[in-house]
Amino acid sequence: MKHFMRDLSLRYKIPLRVLVLASITAILVTASILFRVYDETRNDLLRHAESMGRLLANTLVGPITHDDVWRAYEIINSPFQGGSLDQTQIAETILLLDTRGQVFVSTQPTQYPMLSEPGRLDPEYAAIVDLATDRNDVKPSVVDPSDSSRLFVTIPVISEGARLGTLVMSYPKSLFMPRFVDIAQRAALMTLLALAVLLPIAWYWGHRMAKPLVRLAGCMDQIGPSVPENLHCDLSESHDEIGRAGTAFKRMLKELKEKEQLEQEIMASERLAAVGRLSAGIAHEINNPLGGMLNAINTFKRHGPDDPRTLKTLALLERGLTQIKDTVAALLVETKVEIHPLSRRDIEDTRTLVTAEAAEKRLELIWENDITEDLPLPSTLVRQILLNLLLNAIRAADKRVECQVYRDSRSFTLVVKNDGTHIEDEDMAYLFEPFSRLSRNGHGLGLWVTYQMARQLNGGIVVESEPGETRFSVALPLQEEA
Amino acid sequence: MTRRRFCATLALCGLAPGAIATALASEGHELRLGLTPVFLDDQSIFLEAWRTYLTARLQRPVVFVQRGSYREIVDLLNQGQLDAAWLCGFPFVRHERRLRLLAVPLFQGRPLYRSYLIVPAGDTHTKSLLDLRGKVFAYSDPDSNSGFLYTQFALAKIRERSEVFFARTFYTWSHRKVVEAVAVELAQGGAVDGYVWETLQRSHPQLAARTRVVEQSPEFGFPPFVARSTLPAGDFKALQDVLVAMRNDREGKKLLGQLNLDGFTPGERKLYDGIASMAEKVANRP
Repeated sequence: MKHFMRDLSLRYKIPLRVLVLASITAILVTASILFRVYDETRNDLLRHAESMGRLLANTLVGPITHDDVWRAYEIINSPFQGGSLDQTQIAETILLLDTRGQVFVSTQPTQYPMLSEPGRLDPEYAAIVDLATDRNDVKPSVVDPSDSSRLFVTIPVISEGARLGTLVMSYPKSLFMPRFVDIAQRAALMTLLALAVLLPIAWYWGHRMAKPLVRLAGCMDQIGPSVPENLHCDLSESHDEIGRAGTAFKRMLKELKEKEQLEQEIMASERLAAVGRLSAGIAHEINNPLGGMLNAINTFKRHGPDDPRTLKTLALLERGLTQIKDTVAALLVETKVEIHPLSRRDIEDTRTLVTAEAAEKRLELIWENDITEDLPLPSTLVRQILLNLLLNAIRAADKRVECQVYRDSRSFTLVVKNDGTHIEDEDMAYLFEPFSRLSRNGHGLGLWVTYQMARQLNGGIVVESEPGETRFSVALPLQEEA
Repeated sequence: MTRRRFCATLALCGLAPGAIATALASEGHELRLGLTPVFLDDQSIFLEAWRTYLTARLQRPVVFVQRGSYREIVDLLNQGQLDAAWLCGFPFVRHERRLRLLAVPLFQGRPLYRSYLIVPAGDTHTKSLLDLRGKVFAYSDPDSNSGFLYTQFALAKIRERSEVFFARTFYTWSHRKVVEAVAVELAQGGAVDGYVWETLQRSHPQLAARTRVVEQSPEFGFPPFVARSTLPAGDFKALQDVLVAMRNDREGKKLLGQLNLDGFTPGERKLYDGIASMAEKVANRP
């Protein structure tokens, strides 16, 4: 049950709580009204009893003095005579006790006969009789024994300061009950009516309040270890807590997506870096003996015999070793080259280099060069990057290759686009790896070398590919011009 | 009860026609009659009818005067403030020197009645006065024969006195109220005028049924109408004639019927000998 209540949807919890709250309020209000009514009824009764008692007590002075029992009986019986009197205000029994606490006369002679001691007939009267015989107490008093079903009002009969007797009026507490029951019934009816009105309102209200939360919870439920691609959350746009939670959630979701993307990029670049370190290590290990071998061949050619077969074999060896050296050199990206600033001419030179290849494939080469002044970038590396990208583009393009070169205050950007077959998403991750399976021609090191060079210049390469256009852009930060 | 009766009297006086009021003032000729609870004297409509009847027959204004006890009426008679009164036989024989017997009512055809000893209807074991020893007892009036004197006499016969024999006694100042006191069991026994009890049994059967008659006394002279001895003979005769003649006319008969009486007779002093001797014995008891 506890779990059931805890796990119940807010859609039901809210209206249920409203109802519980309304019921508690109604019960509390009713209880306070009942308490007040009890108090008022009791006070009314006591006031009435006291005024009637005083009247009776004054009238009884004569009959007691004259020992006129019948007259006293007629007097104490008089409140019971008028049929029009409010029945709830009439005492159950009125006793007139003499100074010894014996019954002088009572309205119930059969129950409390004359001369009897009420304390013996009815234990509840014992305390009252003590009051009645206490000559010092000359004030009316109320005795309300908690364990009794009756309430007693005692009024001394006093003449000239002397106490002649005591009037004891007993009221059944059940007098209050009809009024109580009546009020309680009305209150219950009103509560039910109020609840009947509140129920649909609370239901509607609860649903409205719970709706954004339910949506948010539903949206959150969809997020597992990764963010689903097509997650669509219709969250509240308000500025209250739920709206803020929704906004925060959306932000979190966005950041989560970005983080995921970033993680993927980091993973790719780390892989590339690892591959780079590995290949550089191997290349160095190969380079040293290679240099020795080529030197040995050179020396042999200069001083060795002129045997044509040997020479031919050496030439073969030399060519093979040179090819290995070229490949290894490509793997070892050489950055330690002379630095002369990049100028507009460097870019234009590259254009001249590729124009022939483009023309061979009958491609349209669109060129846009916005560089007007020298930039603090190593021109050789930049030219190499641009050349690699352009040659790739020309190989891939169907009809058109486009090149844009421009700068802004912080960076230098070159963009190369082609309209050839686009690169599939799943291939993107392996695009820059050496000897990539994507490399259909060439030695498979072009993009990898390009990537390495861009990284060395603290830049980055972004590839965007969709049918009809594949776009490589390289952004290189411009160093502070000291 | 005193107040109510007094108010009724005031109302009657106030209702008296203007002409009569003028006559009263100028001639001072009205006849003042005292009434006591020897009969059911708390029926103001009946009293007004009876007063009108007597006024018409006597051709002079009649005024009824009611008081709380027999003694007050006797005092008024002795002081000459009343001309006549319907009294009990006991005060009559005690104050006989200053009173004259005017008329005696006829109850069940005879000028006699009894005292009844009654107990609550629920009390089925009480057989006689002796069973009421140590109980609460209700008398009607210390000057009443049936409601007081006879019980004193009966107790004296067994050498008892009321104040010792009973735990407590009280007066209700009316026979009817003795019946009421016994009916509500305020008193466990009471002495009541037999005529009043019988009349109540007819007019208020529910009240009478709550009491039970245990003993009936011997017969005594019915409570008589008496006149002060100083009343002029003419007035005496006129009033006596009107009372005695009531049984002869229709209107008078109707009034007698309401009183549960058969008529009035001039009566004789010896009717009250029994009461007189009883009073003497009670006065001289040891």
